Amino acid sequence: MDMTKSPDPDQFQHGDDESAHTDLAIEARNLVKRFDGTIAVDGVDISVPAGSIFGILGPNGAGKTTTLRMLLGIIDPDSGTRRVLGSENPHAIAHRIGYLPEERGLYPAMKAVDAIAFVGALRGMPRADGRKRGRELLEEYGFGHIADRQIRQMSKGQAQTVQLLATLVHSPELVIFDEPFSGLDAISQGRLEKMMRGLAAGGTTVIFSTHVLAHAERLCERIAIIAGGKVPFHGLVSTARDRLPPQVHLETRHADGPWRSALPPGTEPQIRSTGGALFDFSLTGEVEPLLTALIEGGAGIEALSIERAGLHDAFVSIAGEAAARALEENGQEPT
Amino acid sequence: MSRTTSAASRFWRSIFVIARRDFGAILFSRSFVFFLLGPLFPVFVVAMAGGIGASVSGKISNPKLGIAMEAQEAKAFVSARDRLAQTVPNLPELVVIIELKPGEKVMARSMLDRAKEGSPVVALLSGSLASPTLTGAGGQIDAWRGPVSLIAAEARNPGAEAAPTVTLDKIVTARADSARKRIRTAQAAQTLLFLLTMLLAGMVMSNMVEEKANKIIEVLAAAVPMDAVFYGKLLAMLGISLVGLSVWGAVGLSIMLAGGQIPSFAPPAVGWPMFIMLGVTYFSFAYLLLGSLFLTIGGLAATVREVQTLSMPATMLQLLVFFVASYALGAMGEPIEWAAILFPLSSPFIMLARAAVSPDVMPHVLAIAYQAGCVALIIKGGSALFRRNVMKSGPAPMKKGLFRALLTPFAQAWSRSS
Repeated sequence: MDMTKSPDPDQFQHGDDESAHTDLAIEARNLVKRFDGTIAVDGVDISVPAGSIFGILGPNGAGKTTTLRMLLGIIDPDSGTRRVLGSENPHAIAHRIGYLPEERGLYPAMKAVDAIAFVGALRGMPRADGRKRGRELLEEYGFGHIADRQIRQMSKGQAQTVQLLATLVHSPELVIFDEPFSGLDAISQGRLEKMMRGLAAGGTTVIFSTHVLAHAERLCERIAIIAGGKVPFHGLVSTARDRLPPQVHLETRHADGPWRSALPPGTEPQIRSTGGALFDFSLTGEVEPLLTALIEGGAGIEALSIERAGLHDAFVSIAGEAAARALEENGQEPT
Repeated sequence: MSRTTSAASRFWRSIFVIARRDFGAILFSRSFVFFLLGPLFPVFVVAMAGGIGASVSGKISNPKLGIAMEAQEAKAFVSARDRLAQTVPNLPELVVIIELKPGEKVMARSMLDRAKEGSPVVALLSGSLASPTLTGAGGQIDAWRGPVSLIAAEARNPGAEAAPTVTLDKIVTARADSARKRIRTAQAAQTLLFLLTMLLAGMVMSNMVEEKANKIIEVLAAAVPMDAVFYGKLLAMLGISLVGLSVWGAVGLSIMLAGGQIPSFAPPAVGWPMFIMLGVTYFSFAYLLLGSLFLTIGGLAATVREVQTLSMPATMLQLLVFFVASYALGAMGEPIEWAAILFPLSSPFIMLARAAVSPDVMPHVLAIAYQAGCVALIIKGGSALFRRNVMKSGPAPMKKGLFRALLTPFAQAWSRSS
């Protein structure tokens, strides 16, 4: 694997002008991983600007965790290149990375503060510093009272918080969360979103995988959509949404008139008993000419709404109906 | 936090972090007390068995030879036995059962049959000094045939053919005797090494199960190379084993000193200090070699049950290694010895035996380097296998079975090559 070449932005199917982001926390090219002959990840390209919140979206089994594990060096790709914080060997810069796996786990006999210090020590932090910082973090997030409690004596939520804080104890430049909202109640999810925004505001790059689009829509400027081991879209959330035209809902007093020619061909009205009509269509052009035609043509506008496509619609459009259905099946939890 | 440390120092620090956690977790757990008490259980069982055995055998110990002869001949026979016993060891103990009148006969078989249960008399001597008859169980009277004949001859002609006195000229160590005793030392060292590794190395097999059960393995794997996790775990368990050995050794030595029964062995060829040092080193490597293999296999096991199932073949493997090394001890310089040295798992055993019989130190330096290399190779392979089979996402690992997991890389390599 040649990881020494500088990245060639043209190789990526970006949804924005990636060349504007010269400071990339992560660049991955054509990552491929097979397990027992089955392709789990098939040519994934991802580039994450430093200091951003980046979401990897996809249903379970799409290849999100495998991609993250390759980025972290837990497993090596069969082919392709990865560069994390400028390094080709993620373990060499492990002290600059924090990772919260999907399957949470801590040693049950450890006290909270020791568990945090242990993860810090794994990431190169002196144990005493880890304990001190662990106590500070627990206090900061309102969990100071469990600092000396064993993990086995904690509630699931408390243990999850301890692991989350352990992920951050060494002040990493890059934090990777694998399905971080999974298993959290709505309040905890809100807290976590706030924490992620805070990290990004402080300059930390945050990457998370999720199958719940609402989180990505609220948090991310950029996303990668992954389905069937491939990344059909990678770029700005707004770009993903702009792939679909805005939806127009129009109510008029008159059902017909010369203004009808301003509507997209084939737009059929629902005639109302009052003689007016309802129209639903995609806005293919600019909104101003449409408005002018409606007003000057005497359509008698009673209601008009123009809605930009949501991330869900964009996901359906990009990843396909099957992936969207899988996503919905996975996402039967509060958001 | 230093961000400019070298890869090597980061690696060693990672090992230390893992080892320290494991070492502390085991050392300060309640189960460690049971670990320390572990060797007491077999000692207790042996003592119990010995006590029961002694009680049972006490009743039939010192089997005695009953005498049923004419009074004069019986007395002469007993006197002759006592005289001979001063120079000839292990003569049968005698009990005069009946002194016969001249011409009187005895039914030896029926007398023995009527003997009370637990009677020490297991055979009967009847007839005359000129023509004695031994009646009793086959094995016993075969063993007494010669001594009875000797005593009878002495009884008939007291002091007639007194044995000449043999002058003893003792030397400290005869060459042949010294070599023989060193082999005994080597055997003892091998056996001790085997017992210790068998006792301790198996523990490693279940070592990864905790991390997998607690799902912390991914946190470890993301933060440090998997090799470091393996090394850390092995070193922690080695440390625990050495703590155990120190405690057991100190207790055992104290008991032996108190009892004044210190077993004596011929000094090994390399001398005791070097031999002890090599013993600790070879124990460490025997432990690391077997441990790294067991850690790999145990790491691929998905459940505690699978680990338990694997314990039996693991013990058999250790026995096999021990037998190979023991056999090679009797064939020094022959191909079997070289094979035992080159086969990583038996190498520490045969090399420790070699230290007892050969004074050369250089081969040990080479052997230790070789064994260290083998440990590194096994760990490298084991951690790669672990990453390949356990750290994949999606379906639960090991659903296809441990053996398939072990064989898959080889099968894939085979299919690529063909």
